Amino acid sequence: MTQSPTAKSMTHGEAGLVLVFSLTAFFCLLAVAKAQDTAFAFHAALSSAASLWAVIAIVNRYFARPSSLPPQEIHGRPNYNMGPIKFAAVMSVIWGIAGFAVGVLIASQLAWPSLNLDLPWTSFGRLRPLHTSAVIFAFGGNVLIATSLYVVQKTCRARLAGDLAPWFVVIGYNFFILIAGTGYLLGVTQSKEYAEPEWYADLWLTIVWVVYLLVFLVTIIKRKEPHIFVANWFYLAFIVTIAVLHLGNNPALPVSVFGSKSYIAWGGVQDAMFQWWYGHNAVGFFLTAGFLAIMYYFIPKRAERPVYSYRLSIIHFWALIFLYIWAGPHHLHYTALPDWAQTLGMTFSIMLWMPSWGGMINGLMTLSGAWDKLRTDPVLRMLVVSVAFYGMSTFEGPMMSIKVVNSLSHYTDWTIGHVHSGALGWVGFVSFGALYCLIPWLWDRKGLYSLKLVNWHFWTATIGIVLYISAMWVSGILQGLMWRAYTSLGFLEYSFIETVEAMHPFYIIRAAGGALFLIGSLIMAYNLWMTVRAGEAEVQSPVALQPAE
Amino acid sequence: MSFWSRHQIFEKNSIILVAGILVVIAIGGLVEITPLFYLKSTIEKVDGVRPYTPLELAGRNVYVREGCYLCHSQMVRPLRDEIERYGHYSLAAESMYDHPFQWGSKRTGPDLARVGGKYSDEWHVTHLNNPRAIVPQSVMPGYAFLSQTEVDEASVADHLRANRAVGVPYTDDQVANAVADLKAQADPDNAGVDAFAKRYPKAVTRNFDAKGGAPTEMDALVAYLQMLGTLVDFKLYNEKANLR
Repeated sequence: MTQSPTAKSMTHGEAGLVLVFSLTAFFCLLAVAKAQDTAFAFHAALSSAASLWAVIAIVNRYFARPSSLPPQEIHGRPNYNMGPIKFAAVMSVIWGIAGFAVGVLIASQLAWPSLNLDLPWTSFGRLRPLHTSAVIFAFGGNVLIATSLYVVQKTCRARLAGDLAPWFVVIGYNFFILIAGTGYLLGVTQSKEYAEPEWYADLWLTIVWVVYLLVFLVTIIKRKEPHIFVANWFYLAFIVTIAVLHLGNNPALPVSVFGSKSYIAWGGVQDAMFQWWYGHNAVGFFLTAGFLAIMYYFIPKRAERPVYSYRLSIIHFWALIFLYIWAGPHHLHYTALPDWAQTLGMTFSIMLWMPSWGGMINGLMTLSGAWDKLRTDPVLRMLVVSVAFYGMSTFEGPMMSIKVVNSLSHYTDWTIGHVHSGALGWVGFVSFGALYCLIPWLWDRKGLYSLKLVNWHFWTATIGIVLYISAMWVSGILQGLMWRAYTSLGFLEYSFIETVEAMHPFYIIRAAGGALFLIGSLIMAYNLWMTVRAGEAEVQSPVALQPAE
Repeated sequence: MSFWSRHQIFEKNSIILVAGILVVIAIGGLVEITPLFYLKSTIEKVDGVRPYTPLELAGRNVYVREGCYLCHSQMVRPLRDEIERYGHYSLAAESMYDHPFQWGSKRTGPDLARVGGKYSDEWHVTHLNNPRAIVPQSVMPGYAFLSQTEVDEASVADHLRANRAVGVPYTDDQVANAVADLKAQADPDNAGVDAFAKRYPKAVTRNFDAKGGAPTEMDALVAYLQMLGTLVDFKLYNEKANLR
């Protein structure tokens, strides 16, 4: 790594990656020739082209860079690496808009089925995974990667580990999204909800994720602060646990190594348990632990107050990650999953309410002494409202995991409403809040282009969420009640299709709510764009946050 | 040393923190998942459940590919209204050869665990082509394109082999005759029908899409739908023996 300033040579990483990507480009081309199905051929061709591009990019970068790598510190201050973070932040905005737009489309398809166009690539069944993956993994994932790589540097006062590795993580992850998303449209899916990508995409994600863990962990290891800041505990739990879940849920045997189709190793009831152990903890560790890390850094930073309680954050952290992992079976109440597993799942789901609200209290009370800022700072308001939505959906969740409640709510839109109060209200708003903070910091701007537009975004999106979730509450409970309604003579009162018909007005309201949320995100994109393009430059760099002692 | 300062070992040592996280998150999963593989009561003892025929398996793959599971469950819960609407509650044994499972999580459309035999083949083909031709209020997409695509014969045996490798008890005979069985099931006049019926007891042989030529994805999907929930004879099923 350390060279004399005059002699310029490739690092081991550069040379190694050039070699690996050259081989990958060749073997992927071979795979195109031998492919069993068109989707696989398309993905192999994409991979070959991307590998070739990677080789060219690395070589070009080598020729353009000075002979020594960027220093770890400049004038005694850490030389932070912000390039990959900028990339992930921009991608999160783009994917977010795409994911919300597909959401509005499929919501409309349920109201007006002719929008399916009766083509394979545009039908609800293929677009729905596109929507969920785009918003969770593409939008949410890029926000998590961007913020985690930012926060870990700032709170450790150390430059990101690795030279090409952080770039490999952000570009590799987005390439995974591209493979997954185009695969859904072409009918490539293993039908495991939120884990639809097929075996080759899963393998690629595993590689990217291990590098992500290494970059994050090694940055922590070389920290200048004695303590690891609380946000990093949560990021670490998110990265480590997602790796475990991904490996546990996805082992599969391809029908052919040159084909896209595979069969999952687990079958029937065991597969169901694995799936929802994964599925619920994708919520618990991707959509919760990761975004709680954002809460623990960005709310104190924006409010300029310390985290409310250090002890509460310790309890919050360990209790949350211990209890969450048990909650999966509540997705399988009254199914053929053995009763003992259902009971365990319900019990732990109810207990989970406590650490969830502990975390909410820790986030909200951080504003002690700074509540007045809610009136003047719409970004902080967004962050705080996100925590309020978090509290709401983490109360609703344990309630829905109670078996009697679940017997009504399961299989209905109530679940969809619950998910979206968490996804739009909590994950969406905390991400928007973080992006509104992060973009000016990354591009050294004094502030946002327009706080007024943030206000517009806030209210448009909030009204959208309220329309969405209340429509789903009503339609879900209505349909659940209609399914179990009996006439006085003891016959089922409604045929199934009558209950479908009753959903129509609510599906229109839901689509309208989603459209408002989408418009809000477009306002944000414009605001962030203008911040980068026309914002006033910041002179000095921001100060690192004090660690929790 | 107070309780709170003991926590510093995690805050000051990243590897211990990672190890702590791994231990804490491993417990729940281990307790809930591992017993399902060795507790004999997990999967009921029933007669009649067999691996899918090559045509049914191809249909199931269409079902998976088109994301049908996103709107249709295959899991009847033991609740009065569901049993009256759909039939006997689902057993774990009925999906033991499903890789992956298709229990679903949402009923935008009705449960399909016992849809087999409820409607005619013609009903299914018409309905899949244009759902609103039969059910005007339906919000289901149309799948007319399934009739245009033939089932890929070249890879049928490989599909059975892959299933066998993950635990589905296909015999050598079944793997060797996969293509013949695929053709036989969609063509009642085929010479291989008797041999097929021996290999897959109770499997139905019909020209599901009522069209000549090689089996299409429409044939396959309808064959799959028509066998769902029909394997176990609940007149003979001993509920008491499988109490758990």
